[in-house]
Amino acid sequence: MSGNVILDVRDMMVSFSARRAGRKYRVQAVDGVSLSLAEGEVLGIVGESGCGKTTLGRTLVGLVQPDSGNINLKGTEMIGAGGSGLREMRLSVRMVFQDPNASLNPRRAIGDSVAEAADISGFFKSRAGRSAAIAATLTAVGLNPSFAARYPYELSGGQRQRVGIARAILPTPSIIVADEPVSALDVSVQAQVLNLMMDLRDQLRLSMLFISHDLGVIGQISSRVAVMYMGRIVEQAGTRTVLDHPLHPYTRALVAAIPKPDPSKRILGAIEMGEPPSLFTRPRGCAYAPRCPMASDRCLVDAPQLRSAGADGRTIACHNV
Amino acid sequence: MSSNSATLWLRPFLARPVALAGLGVLLATVLAAIFAPWLSPYDPYAIDPLIRLTPPNVTHWFGTDQFGRDTLSRTIHSARMALLIGSGVVVFALATGVPAGVLSALFPRLGHLLMRMVDVLMAFPTLLLALGLIVILSPSVATVILAIGIGYMTTTTRIVYGLTLRLRAETYVEASRSMGAGAAWLISRHILPNLVSPLLVQASFVFAFAQLGAASLDFLGLGAPPDIPSWGNMLAESRTFITRAPWLLFFPGMMIVATAFSLNLVGDALRDRLDPRLRQVFGEKG
Repeated sequence: MSGNVILDVRDMMVSFSARRAGRKYRVQAVDGVSLSLAEGEVLGIVGESGCGKTTLGRTLVGLVQPDSGNINLKGTEMIGAGGSGLREMRLSVRMVFQDPNASLNPRRAIGDSVAEAADISGFFKSRAGRSAAIAATLTAVGLNPSFAARYPYELSGGQRQRVGIARAILPTPSIIVADEPVSALDVSVQAQVLNLMMDLRDQLRLSMLFISHDLGVIGQISSRVAVMYMGRIVEQAGTRTVLDHPLHPYTRALVAAIPKPDPSKRILGAIEMGEPPSLFTRPRGCAYAPRCPMASDRCLVDAPQLRSAGADGRTIACHNV
Repeated sequence: MSSNSATLWLRPFLARPVALAGLGVLLATVLAAIFAPWLSPYDPYAIDPLIRLTPPNVTHWFGTDQFGRDTLSRTIHSARMALLIGSGVVVFALATGVPAGVLSALFPRLGHLLMRMVDVLMAFPTLLLALGLIVILSPSVATVILAIGIGYMTTTTRIVYGLTLRLRAETYVEASRSMGAGAAWLISRHILPNLVSPLLVQASFVFAFAQLGAASLDFLGLGAPPDIPSWGNMLAESRTFITRAPWLLFFPGMMIVATAFSLNLVGDALRDRLDPRLRQVFGEKG
């Protein structure tokens, strides 16, 4: 970890009430997550469907209210902050959504979508300034300024996601929460969009929380990776450390599942690990124990806490490594 | 909307001659209503006992009624009442149903309350509700609009409520919320623009059924005051002469059927225009 910490999340808890078979349940989607993000850093959040990574991102942009915990943005506490503080956070922390087709209003011109955050906060003082800012932002994401007058149905998926990114950088934020921003795109377009995001990070000095289920994509863009499993971070370290020497058995399984370009190296062993346990019936001990090849008796009764483990700021929650 | 949106809207009509005919009938009715004083050959109120119950002939194309009034002139003038009541009901239904539906969907507590009230109103048959209201209030054009309008306010509220619930869950609405948008912003920039098209369709159907409702009330003597020419009033006044002078019922009856049917055809065509799966049929993008 280097540079100034710009975002610091402590013990965030988020739960939803759900109804199943007529009974009310609380589902703990995010279960005591702490993380910090340095200026200019890209932190990858990886995990399988339902592990809470999306909920974590949505909480940071204010779409979900956390039950408890702290969100500290540039030294200011945001949980319980009043109107102006929240407005500041809405402009500072912005989201890029997964599905570029669904994230643009089909009845709004591209320019209006791009300028939306600025318009909501009354950012522009003149129409000319607004048009110039929209044109500059479209250019920054590699689109022709004439796209401002077009409508989403006239654009390809990759172009729409560029618009989605443009919308997140006007006015320039400090942090972008990217929730699976390329998983709905073709592989060739994925690379272009990832390159664009890395360029923008350098030019605008953005920090990013990059949420994905795909360790391959995360490996390309992020400097640090946090692996989430059933609402908790189970391992966190520098990207190369995690990809080259995964320690937690769950991380190992994820790394082993990255497709290799050589078909003779078949993926063996790691894939036969079944489904995660239901969020309605979280195990008493380690949530990964029922699927874990290394699980001991202790894992079934005692949930491991995150602890420091070795170089590169690695933290891990496992009894057996 | 792009500059060629007019041709896009016309395309489903051009692809279906029946819908185009419906559009033509509606246009003719509107023109008849606007230019009634110039189009009618006679004063619709002029009584001439010497020529009462004349069958259609060269001087009185649609014949005359039991007071010797010109049926053609009365039929043309009736278009005014039909359009007045139809548009009045549409405006009332939209002006009440849209805010109620949108706010109910955005504010669940209010929604629970309003939707139960809508349920209660919907439990009454539309015509029965209208009759009850007219008995309580005194009969007048405004009362007719209100009485019929309440029945369609409930269906409009329900439709808008359902659509808004769906829109509220759209990713672009979430995106807007994540950027700090409040309810007013969401409604004006995201919800209402996406409601325009389905409401256009709803409006055409409400207009059609308001015609039928108004005609029914007129026939029962609870609608427009009897001295004002309206198709329903014409039917009501002349029903005792059905065997001696069937033309008195034929022409206003045909107009009621033609306008209601045309509105439904137009509504169908609009709905097809708005269904993305059917747009492909008309060779449009997206």
